[in-house]
Amino acid sequence: MKAGIVRFPGSNCDEDAYRAVADGLGQEAVYLWHKDHDLQNVDLVILPGGFSYGDYLRAGAIARFSPIMQEVVAFAKRGGMVLGICNGFQIACEAGLLPGALLRNASLRFVSAPVALRVETIATRFTSQYHLGQILQIPIAHGDGRYTADADTLARIEGEGHVAFRYVTPSGDVTEAANPNGSLRNIAGITNAAGNVLGMMPHPERAMDAWLGSTDGTPLFRSIVDYLSSGVGA
Amino acid sequence: MTRYRLAIHIVPRRGILDPQGKAVSDALHSLGFSEVGDVRVGRYLVVEINAASADAARAAAKAMCEKLLANPVTEDFEIAAVEQS
Repeated sequence: MKAGIVRFPGSNCDEDAYRAVADGLGQEAVYLWHKDHDLQNVDLVILPGGFSYGDYLRAGAIARFSPIMQEVVAFAKRGGMVLGICNGFQIACEAGLLPGALLRNASLRFVSAPVALRVETIATRFTSQYHLGQILQIPIAHGDGRYTADADTLARIEGEGHVAFRYVTPSGDVTEAANPNGSLRNIAGITNAAGNVLGMMPHPERAMDAWLGSTDGTPLFRSIVDYLSSGVGA
Repeated sequence: MTRYRLAIHIVPRRGILDPQGKAVSDALHSLGFSEVGDVRVGRYLVVEINAASADAARAAAKAMCEKLLANPVTEDFEIAAVEQS
């Protein structure tokens, strides 16, 4: 697998993503510059965390119009795999790759902490290496992570199994106290209808090794490699 | 072509939790402004636009709001004023 990590001005988790792919998985990783149009024949595009363009106007709003994003959107429309993490999730929503939007945390506080997530579906290219209902410990670090969508959209993504991860208690219950940002239905990550784009606020690339405090992010990346190496991928 | 100054208000859509607005409302209540109800905190933009007419400037601003300035999922916008600058 060859993964391309997009670097916007203000990206700050690009190197974490690079190391997750190169060191954590032993796969090829390259950086993609925001002003470029060349995706360098990657199999996976990672939109990393950070504060692209200073979060001016709205988180992800300006990044969406960068040259590289025109190519990323076209790549996704062709079925290419895109993983948006944190700011990358915000950018994917602004670009229309995923439904809904991410708003200021209900607490109005930036939250940096490990959280418990429940795997809501394993029938995706990003989650096949988990067990259904598995509880993960993965860190979050964001101020604008409150997932919001209109009632029809919520009903559709729930009904069609596009909610990938939910914030839960360590024992796996969906409660208000377990919700770090006020996301509707405790939603932490979703896929698009075609299943080739995943957006999530938690950082799986920061949960790849015991010394990072958790290895629960590794199966997500392994799922992607597994899908792409099965011959059905791009 | 004439240069127009447009005032644009963008606010969180009704029904969407606005924690900033709620914090402001709570603060106003604690100051004794008991008459305060719902408060929404949004953005105010002043945009200069060269256009053939005020209507054309307004139409351009509307397109800008729909494409970039407001998020169609969560925000409403209003073009509050169009003046020659």
